[in-house]
Amino acid sequence: MPPRLARSLRFSTIAEAVGQTPLVRLDRAAREAPSVEVYAKLEFANPGGSVKDRAALRMISRALDDGRLSPDKILIDSTSGNTGVAYSLFGAALGVRIQLVMPSNVSKARKDITRAFGTEIIFSDPMEGSDGAIRKVRQIVDENPEKYFYPDQYSNPDNPLAHYYGTGAEILDQVGDRITHFVAGLGTSGTIMGTSKRLREHSRPIRCIAVEPADPLHGLEGLKHLPSSLIPPIHDAAGYDETMRVGTEEGWDMSDTLAREEAIHVGHSAGAVVYAAIEIAKKLHKEQQGGCVVAIIPDRGDRYFAPMKWEKLYLW
Amino acid sequence: MHTVTVRIPTPLRTLTGGADEVTATGATIREVVIEMEGRFPGIKDRLLDEKGVRRFINVYLGDEDIRFLDGLDTQVKGGDQLSIVPAIAGG
Repeated sequence: MPPRLARSLRFSTIAEAVGQTPLVRLDRAAREAPSVEVYAKLEFANPGGSVKDRAALRMISRALDDGRLSPDKILIDSTSGNTGVAYSLFGAALGVRIQLVMPSNVSKARKDITRAFGTEIIFSDPMEGSDGAIRKVRQIVDENPEKYFYPDQYSNPDNPLAHYYGTGAEILDQVGDRITHFVAGLGTSGTIMGTSKRLREHSRPIRCIAVEPADPLHGLEGLKHLPSSLIPPIHDAAGYDETMRVGTEEGWDMSDTLAREEAIHVGHSAGAVVYAAIEIAKKLHKEQQGGCVVAIIPDRGDRYFAPMKWEKLYLW
Repeated sequence: MHTVTVRIPTPLRTLTGGADEVTATGATIREVVIEMEGRFPGIKDRLLDEKGVRRFINVYLGDEDIRFLDGLDTQVKGGDQLSIVPAIAGG
């Protein structure tokens, strides 16, 4: 996307609506750190509803440009959902057939959203989690390599590059004069790797912090507990400065707080990221009476609403 | 007292010596969890807090989430299958 001084809201395709997401100050949730600015970068403002639009669009459009992807091929990948929604959206926009492998316990909402764009879903064992989906997609591609384009978001350099050119550059446009800390959750590690790389090129040092779940068995959907997971090939711990581990309960509670106090209803991973950001802000307030923390909000909370089983008992 | 099979998700297999499925005994799910704790110390704390099943853990008896049955007091029969289903990680 060419650099623009002001955002134009008139686009020729939905793909152009990706990026340039708003940054919103969190004053109430961060009230214990009044001297520190805490900002949430609202990635749910992307057309597919999540931060994953950035990586998916870059991976697809670069592959179409250099011939790795063509209209006779199927794009296949494993995804816990948000990347799948993004692939589905741009598949429909750019005329690419999409197949997704996901654990069968992915929320129904996301299965329905991806199918709405015409995507086909292949389920993997819910007990194996996202690593089981990764193993299954590799097996399918190995059996018929010429049939598929397998972008593999865990090892595709266009995933972090989308954040290097997009998220990181935007944050510097928005608060480059003041940002001291950057916080993002770690899933594929694309957001933290790419954004941190761009922020580290800034004239002042900016501390970049990755957020991981505190325990292997957690409820922060979208985040990876690296010590117990397959390490994504794009990940490099030297690419950022620090890892903070957040418990599921803290993340879930912060999601509730953000909805009630800031009117921003976010997913659980965003709750964990903001929890970490506010902990950092409290420390900065105490130690140096100032600072500016930017937290990435990957998606909106309504993506995790699921119809409850008891609803089946109602006669409509 | 009945014997059931319990499917163990990857993150908990460090506690079960790598086993993806174990057998356990009890008349209710609570008893099954307590019986497992005796052999796999730490598993109870991963699954339960003081209020019951942790809110981000899903335990299924067959195809049914036990929240929609009687929770930890749900009775089990011999041969039943319990599944501990984790959250979804990464991307």
